Amino acid sequence: MQLQSLYQEVILDHYRNQRGKGLRGDYQAESHQVNPTCGDEITLRAHLAEDKKTILDISYESTGCSISQASASVLFEQVKGVSIAEFEKIFNEYHAMMQSQGKLEANEDLIGDGVAFIGVAQYPARVKCALLAWMAAKDAIGKAAL
Amino acid sequence: MTLISHKIALDVMSIRRDFPILEVKMRNNKDLVYLDSAATSQKPNSVLQAEARFYEQVNSGVHRGAHYLAELATDQYETARAKVANFVGAKPEQLVITKNATESLNLLAYAFATQNSSLLLKPGDEILVTEMEHHANLVPWQQVAEKTGAKLRWIPITPAGELDLSNISELINKKTKVISFTHMSNVLGTITPVAQIASLAKSVGAKVFLDACQSVPHMSVDFATLNVDAIVFSAHKMLGPLGVGMLVATEELLDEMPPFLTGGSMIEMVSMDKSTFAKAPKKFEAGTPNAAGIVATAAAVDYLNKIGMNNIQAHEEHLTEYLLAGLAQMPGVQVFAPNLIERGSPVSFAVAGVHPHDVGQVLDDDGIAIRVGHHCAWPLMKKLNVTATSRVSTYLYNEQSEIDAFLTSLERVRSFFGVK
Repeated sequence: MQLQSLYQEVILDHYRNQRGKGLRGDYQAESHQVNPTCGDEITLRAHLAEDKKTILDISYESTGCSISQASASVLFEQVKGVSIAEFEKIFNEYHAMMQSQGKLEANEDLIGDGVAFIGVAQYPARVKCALLAWMAAKDAIGKAAL
Repeated sequence: MTLISHKIALDVMSIRRDFPILEVKMRNNKDLVYLDSAATSQKPNSVLQAEARFYEQVNSGVHRGAHYLAELATDQYETARAKVANFVGAKPEQLVITKNATESLNLLAYAFATQNSSLLLKPGDEILVTEMEHHANLVPWQQVAEKTGAKLRWIPITPAGELDLSNISELINKKTKVISFTHMSNVLGTITPVAQIASLAKSVGAKVFLDACQSVPHMSVDFATLNVDAIVFSAHKMLGPLGVGMLVATEELLDEMPPFLTGGSMIEMVSMDKSTFAKAPKKFEAGTPNAAGIVATAAAVDYLNKIGMNNIQAHEEHLTEYLLAGLAQMPGVQVFAPNLIERGSPVSFAVAGVHPHDVGQVLDDDGIAIRVGHHCAWPLMKKLNVTATSRVSTYLYNEQSEIDAFLTSLERVRSFFGVK
């Protein structure tokens, strides 16, 4: 069944119990992203360590479909506490998988539950949903590191 | 589900055979249930053949060249214009052919924001739209307001999904120069009180424009008696091809409006430093037109006339009533504006606890095509306090059994996402 490959149980779990949700006061930069095709929105904050090399926290508030909500939750789990260099590797791995139309098996050591989104990559209309939070993170972390 | 049985006015089975796309299989080899005609309608064979026949038999530049093919093409182009104009109760010289309804609205708006146009607005003038416009009938007017200093105002909507006319005598006042509003909401299906608004508009000398994209394909529309200055609509929502839009306007307005796109075909005389322009409608048809497209649109008009607009409207009314009754029985489903007195076929709804994208995805898995999103009506979404809705819209080729399939699939949405 294709629907189950899109909505894997891992995704539905992240959707129902979003990790790290809510905006927190400690942050250096914020990014607001909108999916213009559906109106879904996310505001995401990046909190870096003083040396600007480690991501201490990612906090976010968002409205959107199960895919966009779950991907924000997975993002939080994968990048909280990692270095910016590591974040870039994680981001690139996830991004490449999402652009692969479902052909590229991603490295689970890097993106964790993010591998469950490979089914989403087969639905072009939903790729944007899965990338919304990640684009916000790239933007906010980039600004915070300046 | 027990519902009123209905004597079907249309022979839907035979209509369906005219639409080859209805045979195409969806994901998992499912039959297509197409409930997204408010976005774009499907096309019957006669329209597809008319477009192909143009290229096979008469293709050449219209309104130029003295050869036989050019004569045939020009004749077909102008005959098609007359047929489409007649379909909405207009004269051929009142119909400007554009590439879509959005271009038609921009063409209108341009006249109010262009230097040397007698219609140019000034600071203090007012433009009136409604809170339920498609972006195509909102953004161009925002631009006009920004360029001219005119003020953009809007008629709010009531919780029932109708225009709130309680303050209309203040909203339409001596400063009002343009009133541009939808004839039928693409989100809620609301049919607006055109006569009342048009008559108030005329009393203050404002120009009145109607976005008829959702009405012309689904009900009989008569420009001659609407008492408005212009209507816009698009071919692709009325069984015609993509890439053809219409602007129907009074001759007085067309004469007053400056050309929008300029270049070939729209001129009278050209010298190196200046030009004079052809009379409307050619003044607004710069460049090589989509002649095959308008010829195919005329074939769409023939098809609609053969079935009869009143029959089509009655058929859709039945399907909509059946759909609304089915949705009303479903727990956790909220229909936006369920009790409209005058409505068309678009029905928007929400499933509690499930985002519209996810609703659409499960339906898609069952071969059912509906529209999910903001429907290019972002301000209306804000008013409804949602980011998006799910929308079903029907047309002459839809059957009651497809509504049943949709309702069954909607049950699956709720069980799949575990909402009670």
